[in-house]
Amino acid sequence: MIQRYSILENELQAFVDGQLDKEKHAFIAEYLNANPEEAQRVAAFRQQNDLMHDLFDDVLSEPVPEKLSKKPSSSVIKPGFQMAAAICLLVIGGFIGWIMHANIEQSIIVAENPIVRQAMNAHVVYTPEVKHPVEVDASQEAHLVKWLSKRLDTPIKSPDLTAMGYQLVGGRLLASDTGPAAMFMYENNTGERLTLLVRTKVANNSETAFRFHSRNDLRMFYWIDGSIGYAITGKINKSNLLDIAHSVYQQIHL
Amino acid sequence: MFNRNRVAEMANKDWETLIVDQIPGLRRYARALCLEQDGADELVQDCLERAWSRFHTWKPDSNLRAWLFTIMHNLFLNSIRRQNNGPGFVSFEDRDISAHHHDPLALRDLENGLARLAPQQRELIALAGLEQMPYSEISKILDIPVGTVMSRLSRSREKLRQFMSIEPTPTIKKVK
Repeated sequence: MIQRYSILENELQAFVDGQLDKEKHAFIAEYLNANPEEAQRVAAFRQQNDLMHDLFDDVLSEPVPEKLSKKPSSSVIKPGFQMAAAICLLVIGGFIGWIMHANIEQSIIVAENPIVRQAMNAHVVYTPEVKHPVEVDASQEAHLVKWLSKRLDTPIKSPDLTAMGYQLVGGRLLASDTGPAAMFMYENNTGERLTLLVRTKVANNSETAFRFHSRNDLRMFYWIDGSIGYAITGKINKSNLLDIAHSVYQQIHL
Repeated sequence: MFNRNRVAEMANKDWETLIVDQIPGLRRYARALCLEQDGADELVQDCLERAWSRFHTWKPDSNLRAWLFTIMHNLFLNSIRRQNNGPGFVSFEDRDISAHHHDPLALRDLENGLARLAPQQRELIALAGLEQMPYSEISKILDIPVGTVMSRLSRSREKLRQFMSIEPTPTIKKVK
């Protein structure tokens, strides 16, 4: 009975839907000729299909409501873009790695702190973003700070840099190899962007001091306080960035 | 630069057209799932929103219709799970079906029968009988083996046949 059910019954369904090859179709047609009761069932199933078309096909010619035919305002990322973006990130990452490697070889002064690489990467990846540079924007600053503090399990502040002409854009949570990290983004009225990266559990075996790092036109000051590392990165000149770094330091630590 | 923007714009337009062309078909299928217009169009809207936002994950050489139907299946499942706490009635519209080819009573029986089926059974019958999808494609959309598609289809159709041949339950009118 089970055998009959699984093979013959399945073929009856496929017969109803016209999904059998010629030979099988003829076989089932013959079977139905000899079994009127089964033929009646199959006829009922076919009628179900016909009735469904009669009941629902009108929808096909109904005018489509505007709310459905309108594409949402956020732009669509074309197929294949993801792969292109992944390759792009790989290339950027590789490039940064190569540059930094070169820098280390040239200077051989201090071993590069992991925060440098992460802050550079995050800056390069997120500052060109037009639509989604941050996860939480500045209009929800209190929520952003609370959320990041909770995720990093340490009180975090979003320094006010308006005196230097930079407004908070917002922030996002990042992953690092020691756990969650936080990034704040700032922007001035010309669209120039700065990023401040905060990371916990950073290895530190020297006193707190500003360290400078640069690569092409990208400059960074970073410092480590206890086990928390901070890095401020931007494409502005060294002395302006140092002023900003001082301001950030004072607002966070003093 | 102008040319490049123009090319990108035109390419985007093609992708848009591809999806927009699928909307009438999605609406018909959703109507068979929900049996009333508002809920069906809501389902289509959710499906389209998800499709637009994830369009970059669609492989251009794969079946767009099947991809959209898969999205709709997942959304439909979610909505069933949400509604499972409430009464299991499906409401449908009081509409004039006298203009159809078939006997209005037979259409009413079908509507009643579909409403009494489990949502998953209705889905299967609509995919095979209304959308006329190959079983192999249905298997991918519902993520079940082809053999299971056929055996469930058989049970669902048998159920529908029984529901259509007995007295209909009083219909629950939708209250707005």
